[in-house]
This record gives sequence, C-alpha cells and structure tokens, in this order.
Amino acid sequence: MRRIRAWGPGFLLVLPSLILLGIFVYGFLGWNVRVSFTDWMQFGETSGFVGLQRYSELAENEVWWRDVRHLLVFTLVFVVGSLLFGFFMALLLEKGVRGENFFRSVYLFPMAISFIAVAIVWRWLLDNGSGVNTAGINKLFAYIGLESIRSDWHKTDSGWAVAAVALPAGWALSGYVMALFLAGMRGVPDELREAARVDGAREPAVFWHVVRPMLWPVIMSALVILAHISLKTFDLIYAIDLRSPRIETPAVYMWFQTFQANFYARGAAVATLLLLGVAVFIVPYIWYSLKTERRR
Amino acid sequence: MRTRRSGLLAVAMATMLVLAAACGDDGDGGGGGDNTEVEVFTWWTGPGEGEGLAELERLFTEANPDIEFINAAVAGGGGEQARALLTNRMQANDPPDSFQGHAGKELLDYIEAGQLEDLTYLYEQEGWLDVFPEDLIEQVTVDGKIYSVPVNIHRANLLWFNPETLNDLGIEAPPTTWSEFLDQAQEIQAAGKIPLAIGPLWTQEHLLETVLLGELGPEAYTGLWDGTTSWTDPSVVAAMEVFSDVLDVSDLDEAASDWQPQLDKLVNGSAAYAVMGDWAFAYLDSNLGLTYEQQYNAVASPGSDGVFDWLSDSFTIPVGAQNKEAAEEWLRICGSREGQDAFNVLKGSVPARTDADTSLYTDYLAWNLPQWTDPNTVLVPSLAHGAAASNAFKNQIEEHLGTFVGDRDAVKFTENVQSAYESTSG
Repeated sequence: MRRIRAWGPGFLLVLPSLILLGIFVYGFLGWNVRVSFTDWMQFGETSGFVGLQRYSELAENEVWWRDVRHLLVFTLVFVVGSLLFGFFMALLLEKGVRGENFFRSVYLFPMAISFIAVAIVWRWLLDNGSGVNTAGINKLFAYIGLESIRSDWHKTDSGWAVAAVALPAGWALSGYVMALFLAGMRGVPDELREAARVDGAREPAVFWHVVRPMLWPVIMSALVILAHISLKTFDLIYAIDLRSPRIETPAVYMWFQTFQANFYARGAAVATLLLLGVAVFIVPYIWYSLKTERRR
Repeated sequence: MRTRRSGLLAVAMATMLVLAAACGDDGDGGGGGDNTEVEVFTWWTGPGEGEGLAELERLFTEANPDIEFINAAVAGGGGEQARALLTNRMQANDPPDSFQGHAGKELLDYIEAGQLEDLTYLYEQEGWLDVFPEDLIEQVTVDGKIYSVPVNIHRANLLWFNPETLNDLGIEAPPTTWSEFLDQAQEIQAAGKIPLAIGPLWTQEHLLETVLLGELGPEAYTGLWDGTTSWTDPSVVAAMEVFSDVLDVSDLDEAASDWQPQLDKLVNGSAAYAVMGDWAFAYLDSNLGLTYEQQYNAVASPGSDGVFDWLSDSFTIPVGAQNKEAAEEWLRICGSREGQDAFNVLKGSVPARTDADTSLYTDYLAWNLPQWTDPNTVLVPSLAHGAAASNAFKNQIEEHLGTFVGDRDAVKFTENVQSAYESTSG
C-alpha cells in the first residue's frame, strides 16, 4: 500500500498520456508494421500475409534505391549545412552584437513558416529558366554580373540535385540550430572562461578547451532533431517539384504508393523502413542520455 | 500534496478532452439520414470552378428548398489532398453523400471495393443514355454498370501556341503530325526559341499520352488501356522514340514548376508551343486577359485531329451515404442540361451532354464544343488525368516515366509498363 502511495500519483499523472501514446503512436506503429507484411492493395482490406515479400520487392526496385540515395545526399547536406550555419550564427551573436534580440528573431522566424510555404517561395527562387525566363536567385546573380555562376539547382542532371532542396530546408532550420547553440554557449559558466583566461588562454583556446566540450549535448540533440526531420521531409519535396525523379525521397515515394496507387502494403513497408532509419539516430541518443543521466 | 492535486487535475482535463473529442465526432457524423441535407465533397475551390459549384448549389437549393446543401470542398489543384482525405473517410465508413471523382478508371478502386452505388437506374430515369455521347457511356461503364455522372468535359489533346510568335518565326500553321513538329522545332531552335515548353512530371505524362495518341492513332491508343495493344509492340517502342525526340527539343532541363509558368513561356514569346489541357483557356482568358486567336490559340495536338482525348469530373453516390435520396437529387441537377450549362460556362469546360445551349459558349469553347457533340469525333480517355488507367497502373507508369526521361531506354520502358499492366489489371 505504501508502495502504491509512492509511485501511484506519479503514475496517475502520466497515465492519460501513456494511454494516448500507447494507442495513437505505438498501437498504430504496430498496425503499420503488420500491414507491411500483407498484400493489401486498393480499398478492400485484405489480410493475406506475404511475409517479407513487400521488402524484397523494394530491394529489387531501382526507383526505391534511387530515392534512398537522394535521401542520403539530402540528409548529409541538410544536417551538416544547418549545423555549420547554426553554429556560426550562434558564435557571432554570442560575441554580443548590438540588437541581438532582433537578429535572433530574424534567424529564427523561417522555422515558423510551414515547409509548404517555404517550398512555394523557394521553387521560384530556385527557378533555372534562362534568357527572358531567368528568375529567382539566378536573376539576382545576373543583376550583379555573376551570370557565370548561375545554377540549375534541383533540376540539374547530377545525382546531387536533391542537395539544392537542402538549401530551403537549411534556411528554415539553421536559425533553430543557432538558438540551440546559443543556449548551449550561454550555459557555460563565466567563471570557467575567466579561470582559463587567468591561466593565460587566448579566446580561441578558451573556446576550444572550455566551451566546445560543453557543447556536445547540444550537438547531439541538434543532430537527432535534424536527422529525423530530414528522413520525414515530404511537403518540401512534394511542393518544390512534384514527383521529379531527380529529388524524390522515400517519404514522397511512400505517399504516392499509399494514396495514389492505393498500394497500402507497400506504403506501410516504406514507412516501416523509414521508422527504422529514424531509430538508427534516436536509439543511440536515448541510450546516451540515459547513460549520462544515470551518471548524475 | 500539491503535485497530487495537479496530477488529478491533469487526469481530469485529459478525460474531458477525450470526451469532448468524442462528442465532436458525434456532432459531425450525425445527419440522421433523413435527407434534409446533402454533403457534397469536391476539390473545387479555385477560380472558375468554385463559382461553378456555387451556381450548381443555387440551382439545387432552388429545386430542393427542403434540403440543405453542405459544401465539403477540400482545396488543392488536381485533388490529391482531397482524395487522400476521402480515402480516410471511406475507410472509416463515414462517406459524404456524393463526391467528385475523375470519371473512368480512377474510380475503379472504389468500384471494385463495392463502395459506389450503381447509378444506371438514374441514367434510365433521366434519359441520360441518349444525351451523353455513346463513346463516353461506353468508357465509363464497368461490367455493364455506370457509377458516376459526368458534369463537364475537359480536353487533353491540345497544342497551344501564340500566333504572334509563329508569325515572327515565319511558321504558317501549327504542325499536324509529330514529325512535322520535329521539323519545325529545328527552325524554332535556330531562331533561339524553345520549340516546346514543358512542366513537372504530370505535364510530361500528359505529353506522353498525346504523342502516343498521335503516333498510334485512337484505336491502338485505346487498346493500351484494355490490353488489346501490347506496350511491347514495335509501334509503341517507335512512338516512345518519337516522344524522346520531342523531349529533346523541349525545355525539359529548365522545366517550369507548374503548368501556369509553362504557359507563361508562350505568352512572353520565349517558347513556341505547349501541350496542355483546356483548363489553359480559363487561365489565358480570365487570369491573363488575353484575346483568343490573337494572343493565344489551340489546335488538336499533332496527329489527333478529329479525336477528343477527354477527362471528366463526375459525381458519385458512395455506398452507405446517409442521405441517398438527397444525393440523387443532387446528381439530377448535375446531369441536367441547365446544371451543366450553368457550371461549364464558369469552369471553362464543355458539358458532357451533347444538347447544350451552344450560344453560351464563346471563344475557344465555341471551337471545342461542336467537336465534342460531333458524332464522328472519336473519344479516347486521358491517361494523365485518371480516365484511362487504374490508380495502381497509372502510378507505375509515372514511376517508369521518371526513369525513362532520364535514361531514354524505350525498350526497357515498354517492357516495364507491359508487366505493370499485367500485374495491376488482374
């Protein structure tokens, strides 16, 4: 009885969210995995179990592998780019510019815009028309006499076309990364920096030996947040160039399989693989944070 | 103590939320099924179509003052978002009383799942079998039954151009075959212009269907969808080679992001031609305020004169509709001459009925309507817009088309599409 009194209230407190999460997140995750083992096509639900057939079909599907390649390129450019930009913006702001609040809001605002709206704007900015049809960033280049560096952006033939889509994604999220880094940098006690300065360390050395080691938790969280956003990115790619084979990723592929072809089983298989992909990032992170919490 | 109290509060609030959500659901779902209302699900919210729907609504409430019209429109161009939402409602056994769908194979999934009411009786009661073209009736009939009522007809096989640009280029008339088009393209390129403007993948699919239609002829083209023409037939491979040549003279590498910017290239004179359906008319005429035959014009796409590559918005009654009789009244309005004339003038399409009041239709529509009603015109269903191929087959064609546009391997494409046909038509 006393035991229940000890954990009972806490348990009651989390019970509603546990129930909701249990049904609407984990229950449906399980349902999705189950569907991926069936041959459910079209509306009439079928429960013919076909084991791993949906997955082996994907393994032989060149469109699937093309999309996976796109996703890797996108994730790499988007995550690394956002981390770098976010970091440098935080570094600049941390040095104490005048009107810091203003700049912080300016950099943070793009995150408040939905990816669909971002895509519509950038679809025009990344237009690759030439001659009288020049528009967007290329036109800006032309104005300042830099026509030679015009780019085909996401319409290039190269396998890196999808990297151009990482541009708007990074634009939208590097402000958020900046805020994370800024909080991390501000979290470093001044006493530590002063102690280092007293010991004769110059500013770069103070940063490298004192601030940097304390930023690891921030980098880890930023990495996890960005990576899972990257895997799930759908609206941006969908709206920037509908069904373009040069930038399609598994999330978009999943949508078309499910809602256009009504091939629910295959859509579910793709969704399951994406879930595993997210787990690759999330599980080590959870493990890491559990470990550090226990250490405290 | 404090934590416990807030814990209880949290529990109470969560419970209330759940209850509120449940109540909300009841409120939405209940209609009682007493036919005092009719919920009509469409994706008509844009300019032209939104007004057209409002006009239909007006006619409906005039004829049925006791029935409340509930407009459940979901925004979004070709209806992708609307269809995704509709799928959810159908799965949850909460169908609207009537929903919009492209007539033809796009509805096949619903039909095979037994989710649509057979409407043949309405056709018989209203005499629609005599006023809709025979070809159209045949192409929307599945196993002897008709499941939807077409409201309007759009045409896909059109080649749009700017007469002023052709004048400047010294081209006397638009091409009547694709090989003539390719010849003209040499001159147009030499003059520093784009022979054919193109847009995102669906416009490439739209172009593919017009090239197949022009090269194979209507009979063999229709055969692609019912299995009587094999995709691996040498004539189809040859047509794909032509399609590849056409892509080569298009601005594929600088493809526009949507169909409006694609047509803008005709308007500003940087491109000579574009293949697009006749929703282009509403854009060029109303949005841009251009003059038909002076600043823009359209002819049948090369090799398809006398052929009408159609797509159609139609209305259905799902099985389990709560207000079935009210929905029937709605369909009667949709299929009536008065309703179709009121709607199509605003939408910029032609009525599916052949007895329309021709005086209402002007400019491009006045050119197009007589071709629709001409009994000698051959009707073929559109691939890119859901009339010709089932959703699963169409999706696979788009997948392979994406690959083809990159690697231009006609043999591989036709083999893949043939096996996709076999795997999805069973």
